[in-house]
Amino acid sequence: MTELLRVDNLKTFFKTYRGLVIAVDGVSFQINEGEIVGIVGESGCGKSVTMLSVMQLIPIPPGKIVEGKVVFEGQNLLEYEAKGIEMSAIRGDRIAMIFQEPMTSLNPVLTISRQLTETLETHLHLDRHSSRSRAIEFLKQVGIPDAKLRVDDYPHQFSGGMRQRVMIAMGLSCNPKILIADEPTTALDVTTQAQLLELMREMIRRFNTSLIIVTHNLGVIARYVERIYVMYAGRVVESGLSRDLFSNPMHPYTIGLLNSIPRLGETRKKRKLVPIAGLPPNLINMPPTCAFLPRCTYRIEQCEKEPWPELREVGNRHNTRCYMDVTGKK
Amino acid sequence: MNAEKSETIIEVKNLKMYFPITHGVLRRKVGDIRAVDDVSFQVRRHETLGLVGESGCGKTTIGRCILRLYKPIAGNIIFNGRDIANLPERKLRPLRRGMGCIFQDPYGSLNPRQSAGSIAADPLRIHKAAKSRELEDKVAAIFRLVGLDPSMMDRVPHEFSGGQRQRLGIARALACQPSLIICDEPISALDVSIQAQIINLLEELQEELGLTYLFIAHDLSVVQHISNLVAVMYLGRIVEITTSEELYENPLHPYTKALLSAIPIPNPFVEAGRQPIVLRGEVPSPANPPAGCHFHPRCSMAISECSTVRPPLRDTGGEHMVACIRI
Repeated sequence: MTELLRVDNLKTFFKTYRGLVIAVDGVSFQINEGEIVGIVGESGCGKSVTMLSVMQLIPIPPGKIVEGKVVFEGQNLLEYEAKGIEMSAIRGDRIAMIFQEPMTSLNPVLTISRQLTETLETHLHLDRHSSRSRAIEFLKQVGIPDAKLRVDDYPHQFSGGMRQRVMIAMGLSCNPKILIADEPTTALDVTTQAQLLELMREMIRRFNTSLIIVTHNLGVIARYVERIYVMYAGRVVESGLSRDLFSNPMHPYTIGLLNSIPRLGETRKKRKLVPIAGLPPNLINMPPTCAFLPRCTYRIEQCEKEPWPELREVGNRHNTRCYMDVTGKK
Repeated sequence: MNAEKSETIIEVKNLKMYFPITHGVLRRKVGDIRAVDDVSFQVRRHETLGLVGESGCGKTTIGRCILRLYKPIAGNIIFNGRDIANLPERKLRPLRRGMGCIFQDPYGSLNPRQSAGSIAADPLRIHKAAKSRELEDKVAAIFRLVGLDPSMMDRVPHEFSGGQRQRLGIARALACQPSLIICDEPISALDVSIQAQIINLLEELQEELGLTYLFIAHDLSVVQHISNLVAVMYLGRIVEITTSEELYENPLHPYTKALLSAIPIPNPFVEAGRQPIVLRGEVPSPANPPAGCHFHPRCSMAISECSTVRPPLRDTGGEHMVACIRI
């Protein structure tokens, strides 16, 4: 397996009038060719900001990528100017992104055709005619009926699921090496979600693209993802193969998440949910100790005295950021 | 289930709610959105009925009809033995005291300029359920009941976190000690780790106060966890209604099967053996639903009869009702 993308110790801060928001605080991850990787966490844990930093789409100011490396095919992308020509050549062409809201991420005053051909003309230098036929070809592949006619429609004429199909077509139109999908199906109904995720998996297999799924839905992760990074308060708290993380979670936050979600087929008679007490932390003025400490049921004295531990290996490619050994205490 | 022992608190019979589609300057009526199309069910005291379905299937409209925020065009809504479907506003008010409602959006459903205590006291004032002297004590008691600190009564909603806001919404719903609570997507706007807190709170309150819930949500795993009975809706109709356990173990309607298979289970070992049934196309418009069974254009079991005959909801035994002629 060849490594495609490696993010090293990425730090992204935002200056606000209330103080410095440490949105991403030393995140490292990597993805190999043809792999599907998941980034899990609740809102505000920094998962979207991490992805936007990789793409250099962070608004500067107030945001700033303070530290770190984003190495893609041997080249550190953070050395490029955010608005420079090198970054533009990579964004959308080599690494593409699908955003959270299919309703707002398409431009309402441009036709679907224009939005699809723009990428093709910029990156593949196709002329009007051939970019249009390629756009139609892609709409067919993502399952838009009557693609030839619908290509001249505006986004409001499409349903939510169809718009997200267009986004997938747009993301894959230049045959990128990596597709980043940030909460791709959160706003959609479950049957539409299933349609789209199956389509996405089939498409990335066909194009041999690697996929990063960013989501808070552990079910989606379990169904599609091979390797997981769990984020909390701007850091990766646990990472490993999907099977290991679900069967043997080693970080109290991961354990808490798994115990707090209802599973299909489980009624309250069978299992009472165990919520995680308290609230996710405010990212301004964070204490140096573990951010999960106030909500943690496994805490030991060391946790309150020492700063957040580093990720340590607990198994084959399985890492956790915790002093406690939770084995046998779950 | 002990069907005989328990009394029915709310019964909905052949409920229909259409919204007119108008056209032109004269607002001429050109059609109907059939939001709820002949729906019947009942909920027994101390139990929870879950209403589940995708957006636009009419589940919220049913909730609003029961609260009589809408006047249904046909059908009966029997609440505590009295038909409220056609009651005038004046006669409704005392009955509404027996109903509470929790909304989806804890940000939009609370007045940002009103203090938390005053929000929870509103129903008490409206229904004159407490003398002004007792008001504060009563509100403090409700705050404690839902796990809020009574010292927060003077704060305004934006000082509360999402979970706390939803607790405040629950406090307001409980203020007049209603017997029935309509929960309309009460947890879908909350963070994953907070959702379980609210689900547990709702379950505990039900056991403590003997509440009856109509729990409306799109997330079947949540609905199944909290409900005794689950009704699955598709395009304004109930396609299947049965107990939570039975729905998971023995789903009968092809739509229910597809819905269940579409929900990923957070366990990669279970997921490895599952294959989602991917439905063709999209949900048709409720303005122009397909004839016969609404689901037939997307159904893998459909026969020609399905496009002409409306399948009745019939009992297959053991509290399991399904609307499909192929079963």
